[in-house]
Amino acid sequence: MTEIATPASAATDEARRQAEICNACRYCEGYCSVFPLMFRSRTFADADIVELANLCHNCRGCYYACQYAPPHAFALNLPRALAEVRAESWQRYAWPSALARLFQRSGVALVVAIVLAVAAIFLAMGALRPTGGRGFYAVLSHGAMVAIFTPLFLLPFLAMARGLARYWREVGGERVRLADLAAATGGAARLDNLAGGHGEGCNFEAGDRFTNTRRFAHQATAAGFLLCFAATASGTLYHYGLGWEAPYSLFSLPKLFGVPGGVLLTAGALALGLLKVRADPDLGAPDLWGGDIAFVLTLALTGATGLMLYAAGGTPLVPVILALHLGTVAAFFLTTPYSKMAHAFYRFAALVRDAQRRR
Amino acid sequence: MSAPAPHYDVIVAGAGNAGLSAAIVAAEAGARVLVLESAPPAYRGGNSRHTRNFRCMHEGPLAVLTGRYGEDEYLDDLMRVTKGKTDADLARLVIRNSPDCLAFMRAHGVHFQPSLSGTLSLSRTNAFFLGGGKALINAYCNAATDLGIAIAYETEIRHVVVGEGGGFEALEVEVAGERRIVAGRTLVLAAGGFEANLDWLAEAWGPAARNFLIRGTPYNRGAVLRDMLDQGAASVGDPTQCHCVAIDGRAPKFDGGIASRLDCVPFSIVVNKDGRRFYDEGEDVWPKRYAIWGRLVAAQPDQVAFSIIDAKSADLFMPSLYPPVTADTLAELAAKLGLPAAALEETVAGYNAACRPGAFDPTELDGLATEALAPAKTNWARPINEPPFCGYMLRPGVTFTYLGLKVDESARVMGPRGRYPNIWAAGEIMAGSILGEGYLAGFGMTIGAVFGRIAGREAAAVANA
Repeated sequence: MTEIATPASAATDEARRQAEICNACRYCEGYCSVFPLMFRSRTFADADIVELANLCHNCRGCYYACQYAPPHAFALNLPRALAEVRAESWQRYAWPSALARLFQRSGVALVVAIVLAVAAIFLAMGALRPTGGRGFYAVLSHGAMVAIFTPLFLLPFLAMARGLARYWREVGGERVRLADLAAATGGAARLDNLAGGHGEGCNFEAGDRFTNTRRFAHQATAAGFLLCFAATASGTLYHYGLGWEAPYSLFSLPKLFGVPGGVLLTAGALALGLLKVRADPDLGAPDLWGGDIAFVLTLALTGATGLMLYAAGGTPLVPVILALHLGTVAAFFLTTPYSKMAHAFYRFAALVRDAQRRR
Repeated sequence: MSAPAPHYDVIVAGAGNAGLSAAIVAAEAGARVLVLESAPPAYRGGNSRHTRNFRCMHEGPLAVLTGRYGEDEYLDDLMRVTKGKTDADLARLVIRNSPDCLAFMRAHGVHFQPSLSGTLSLSRTNAFFLGGGKALINAYCNAATDLGIAIAYETEIRHVVVGEGGGFEALEVEVAGERRIVAGRTLVLAAGGFEANLDWLAEAWGPAARNFLIRGTPYNRGAVLRDMLDQGAASVGDPTQCHCVAIDGRAPKFDGGIASRLDCVPFSIVVNKDGRRFYDEGEDVWPKRYAIWGRLVAAQPDQVAFSIIDAKSADLFMPSLYPPVTADTLAELAAKLGLPAAALEETVAGYNAACRPGAFDPTELDGLATEALAPAKTNWARPINEPPFCGYMLRPGVTFTYLGLKVDESARVMGPRGRYPNIWAAGEIMAGSILGEGYLAGFGMTIGAVFGRIAGREAAAVANA
């Protein structure tokens, strides 16, 4: 396996300066996985800093506990330092990199992408008007949807896989065992690193008080997202495997997954956005604030338009809502390697690597 | 003229561990409580902000504490480090009440974590706060706010007004350059020592004290302590003594905290600014010797010394706040450290010649001693001959002062005419009542927690009576 060198950067140097001070203090050892990993080393190579940065969940516990936080001369703000390194690393792994720089920072860019995608879906509806089909397939045929979304799904998937492979080489990842995946999945599902080490949660939106609100909102969002994904997958299975075409009844798998999934995704993402508005932007990467907010709102819009589409079934609103929904989904997929969505992949990989280091 | 009835039942000076413990206990007993803190919110909490654990008696495994740590063993440890200069009755009172403090802390939002990496020797005796002392202060401030306790920041106490009857009546305070009077029924003094007051240190130590670094908060200037002593409160503790350790000489003047400590001395030779050794660096394991090195360095010219190691010892101790100064030759290292090169080379050559073969073990007293060298190095004496050579500048770092207010077992402060009827003290400001010299890791926080709770309870009872 070839080693990939991490290019030098001011963000990495600043995080290293802070980690060296942390290593001489160690009071925060019990908050999360970052510190036990940090305290294994005496010195930090650039790749070590990237690994710490991607493991950090930005719970901010260490900042509020820090005797060396600003205005102290040591000026430790590790959540921010690691957030900056993290963002830089995702830009580096993204292909093309310039798109990550754009979508990470600019909420407007994501909104424009959604608008363009919605317009494109409208155009497709006009150009590919189906002759038959029921429900929303009467607006846009199943074949047309597959033709549009297969590349929209595969292209970002390939870009993401390429980025992950580079990340894995950079942090010196080993062959992944089932136990590593199990440990990482458990950690991601429970969001152990947002629990504060004591289960009372993180210091995201309520200053130095601990709350589990962000942890629960993130769990709802992730569960909603996965349920929506399961709804689509089960729909595909119905369509191709069983020859059952949409629309499906409320007691079919696509709806049993999709309706609660849409509710959780919408509510969770809105809650995450609200928390982000309340939180101190200086404890994250402030440049990324706009892109992050646009991203969670995109998630909420995906869920909400999906639910609306179901509710509007049989009404003349279906074409408009369908275009809105499909356009949002298309923009979401296309920007995945460049938006905040990339965090899900790199963070999971960091948890897998951490599990490997602990075994 | 009759003054209006005081709004506050209990006024607490200082928002550290002791003061907030007192405030919370008093408020839970129904008292209206005001806490005055001289620091702004970011620096609140005095030296509690820099602590990491408290020493706790326990009869069996308790929370994060392993094994058993009984009253007698605890007292023995205390007597040993203080060479018997301990008030045994007050010490036993603190020790016996320490397990209740653990429960009190947990009930008020303080979380604990297993002994930190590099501190396994304390896992049985000391309970570590998750996040350290600032996290404890945050939890207590939130608990205090929830109880309706008012906390006034950047408020400096200028004078404690004691009335004709010998009791506390009001405080003269300064907020944003403006003098105000705050009346209260009772007063708890938990404002720390005077170690950040360089003028006062210089009075006690001489001008050399101006070269000392202050490990803790710059806000412990001893204003309340001086005011109380000036009006005849009984003092306790040696005014010329402070707890002083050798720390990284590059640390900031104030507030360097735990990260400024250096654990390299036992594996090094330590020279003064003339390049000469002056004490046995390998006398004992570092946790038992770090506290004498502050005084040793303070006694050297310009209150500075340099710990010199070579490559083979560079990773034997906890990482330092700043990387060491390194060089490929001793002459180059001397130049970088500002030491006379010839003298350093001569000292190292003499030391190396006195080293003897033998088994080196960094984890215990290995008896690897120099021969015919003065001063001898009696353990871990290996030649310094493998480049790169590393050097750390050492300076005395003051942790706390011993001079304080004398209190009785109910935390009541002794005045010129016996006990004050309504003034109590807790924490570093009265720790000299228990500790005469030396220090036992985590005992300061235990004194603050125990006496803070006693003071809060007693003050609320008197105020409510």
